Amino acid sequence: MEPAHNSAQGNLLSMQNISKAFAGIPALSSASLDVGHAEVHALIGQNGAGKSTLIKILTGYVSRDSGDVRFDGADFLARSPQDAQAKGISTIYQEINLVPYRSITENICLGRESRRYGLLDWKAMHEEARHLMARFNIDIDVRKPLLSFNTATQQMVAIARAIGFKAKLVIMDEPTSSLDEREVAVLFDVIRQLKQSGISVIFVSHKLDELYQVCDRVTIMRDGRTVKTSAMKSISKIELVASMLGRDISQVSKHATAFGDRKGQIGDVLLQAQGLKAGHKVQDVSLNVRKGEIVGLAGLLGAGRTETVRLIFGADRLHKGSLTLDNKPFAPAEPIDAIMQGIGFSSEDRKLEGIIPDMSVAENMTLALMPQLTKMGIVDEEQQRLIVEKFITRLGVKCSGPQQRIRELSGGNQQKVLLARWLAMNPKLLVLDEPTRGIDVGAKAEIQTIVKELADQGLAVLMISSELEEVIEGSDRVFVLRDGHNVAEFVGKEINEGDVMAAMAHGASEKNGSSEEKRT
Amino acid sequence: MSDTTSPKMPVANSFNIGAFITKHATLVALFGLIAFNMAFTNHFLSMQTLNVNLTQVATIVIVGVGMTLVIATGGIDLSVGSMMAISGAIAPLIFLGTAVKISEIHLAVAVGMIVAVVAAGAFGWFNGWLITRFRIQPIIATLVLFIAGRGIAQVSTNGNLQPFKLAQFQWIGLGRWFGIPVQVVIMVALVAIAAWILRRSLFGRQILAIGGNENAARLSGIPVARVKRWVYCISGLCSGIAGLVVIAINSSSDANLVGLGMELDAIAAVAVGGTLLSGGRATVTGTLIGALIIQLVRYTLLANGVNDDVAKLVKAALIVLAVWLQRHGRS
Repeated sequence: MEPAHNSAQGNLLSMQNISKAFAGIPALSSASLDVGHAEVHALIGQNGAGKSTLIKILTGYVSRDSGDVRFDGADFLARSPQDAQAKGISTIYQEINLVPYRSITENICLGRESRRYGLLDWKAMHEEARHLMARFNIDIDVRKPLLSFNTATQQMVAIARAIGFKAKLVIMDEPTSSLDEREVAVLFDVIRQLKQSGISVIFVSHKLDELYQVCDRVTIMRDGRTVKTSAMKSISKIELVASMLGRDISQVSKHATAFGDRKGQIGDVLLQAQGLKAGHKVQDVSLNVRKGEIVGLAGLLGAGRTETVRLIFGADRLHKGSLTLDNKPFAPAEPIDAIMQGIGFSSEDRKLEGIIPDMSVAENMTLALMPQLTKMGIVDEEQQRLIVEKFITRLGVKCSGPQQRIRELSGGNQQKVLLARWLAMNPKLLVLDEPTRGIDVGAKAEIQTIVKELADQGLAVLMISSELEEVIEGSDRVFVLRDGHNVAEFVGKEINEGDVMAAMAHGASEKNGSSEEKRT
Repeated sequence: MSDTTSPKMPVANSFNIGAFITKHATLVALFGLIAFNMAFTNHFLSMQTLNVNLTQVATIVIVGVGMTLVIATGGIDLSVGSMMAISGAIAPLIFLGTAVKISEIHLAVAVGMIVAVVAAGAFGWFNGWLITRFRIQPIIATLVLFIAGRGIAQVSTNGNLQPFKLAQFQWIGLGRWFGIPVQVVIMVALVAIAAWILRRSLFGRQILAIGGNENAARLSGIPVARVKRWVYCISGLCSGIAGLVVIAINSSSDANLVGLGMELDAIAAVAVGGTLLSGGRATVTGTLIGALIIQLVRYTLLANGVNDDVAKLVKAALIVLAVWLQRHGRS
């Protein structure tokens, strides 16, 4: 069939009536997905909606129980991820899976190296890698190891690799979750370029704004079914959310976040950080948090937000500067020191620094509290059970019971368990690093509500979020970090998207500088 | 005592035989082997067969208990055999009066045994210190004592064989309590204590949390370095006890031979027993069953006239099978 003819009619990919069950529990029931030629197609849905299963079937990680898949005008069955790649479907994952210590060239050409006289033809390979990267207006030394570049560049390498494999369809699974806004803009340019050269993209994301910027159509999934497919421009954000949640539009709050209005009283300063410095990432950061206050920490990727809060928690070593807690000097050498003082810290990386996957919900939840549940070295399991059941109810954790392994829970429910890990010890200060990253809309709203209620009851919260609206709507006060310095502070009504973004991008403006002076 | 008792889970009521076999693969294999032997091996069902097999497996299991805890934290201990040699060298030095003279023989034996086991524990602590203080990978850190430990044992005895015939000491390898070999009693006691620690105690949770996700454990306030040092220390103590059992059986201590190859036997028992080699999931009773399976397979083959070299091949195949089952069970 002629390519031109092919693109004129029909879809590049057509998945119909796909069903799949794991151990008898259906993950997909008759789902469908159509992607046109040179189309950027958004795939959205809450956690557990079946997006990942659908994609895994497409990329050969799991086999389908029933249904038809046609790709590029022929029946399609991927036996393995390699098979899918060879047939023209490449996937770019959230966690980039490349080889960090090898050069960009090697990463791009891995698996299809050019050979001459039986030896690797480095010259041709470097040339090809340079050529592919140049398509994204990236001019870098392709001989350098991958890990010497930032996440965004690494992602471009992953995309270049996909194109090198002559992909006709590129699947991007939450590609923007670890990028800052400038990097996202570059990625979107690349996606538009891919489209121009006839490549289709399936774009999976939790960030609705992004979909409107780059996608042509959207398919919404819920409970293993395809609920709706629509052109992006003929569906509103509220309709998207409503379809994902399976609710009427009228039921969805007009607020983008669930923080709403604050009722509690803001008290005295609890934590004061003065001139913190550690490594290259944190140069000079001063900030404070009051009792009953939610303080947001805004900044671009690499501004030093996570590094700063890790210093406060004793997870990394402080080189210079001082901390006080309740007006008393505070120098945590290890996380346990901060925990003993009533500080909880929920890391941005749930998988690597949060959950213990093989342990139960109960044990994960009481991990920080365990010493207090122990008498003579023996864990009081009755008391543990009472606490766990209390928090499962209070936070609405959806699990089969306290003994279920946490790995089997959805991201949102895992996050609730981790939140409970700290709430169970009744902390004074809770440090939340990206508390709602990668979890579904419903769980996100629930977590935001919980945080607000806790602050109303007097808990001090220090919150990092890369989602601007979360910081802006959720915080009583916002500190903006830029290149390891705190460059601006906004209080109450001063907090608005424009000023915060300006501070993130350019540092303090005149106005902010003066308001900061007033406070100190 | 089984630490595989499953908590209440809302699963389908029908009994799924396939799932049962996958879940209790080691137990099923053990009973399968016993059934096979009952049918085909002559004189299998006797007190003697039981005692021979349990006696041979006891030292492996004693070391395996410590090894299980180490592996549960995501580590490994290659130095167990060398620590057995050290313990086996030190005890006779004391109760034979080569190093210190203690006239009362019971006291001499007691001091000898305690010093030997404590010394092995101290070397284990040293392993943990290397690993936590300098962040050296466990396989490398314990390789240090794997090599040097046997040297230390040799030097402390000037390379001499230490023969002895001393009932006051040798009860630990040759004696019986109520008809049960003493080392078997020690083995069962250690397995019971360790299984209980792993399941019920704070220390056990901390071990599993570290093995399951070390970063998360540290950020939840678990004293990672301290727990690890204790775990390696316990591995040393277990090796020390096993070293005493071995020299008691042999009526002599040869620093060259005591505990030779023990690290591999112990790791094999742990792996076959179903403990996850990457850490975070561990079963001490599994290690006991694993060691019994390996022992029984060898016994079955030998009793039915198969060459010992072939038996080694079968042992290797078992380990491969166990690791494959682990992978399979996870996905």
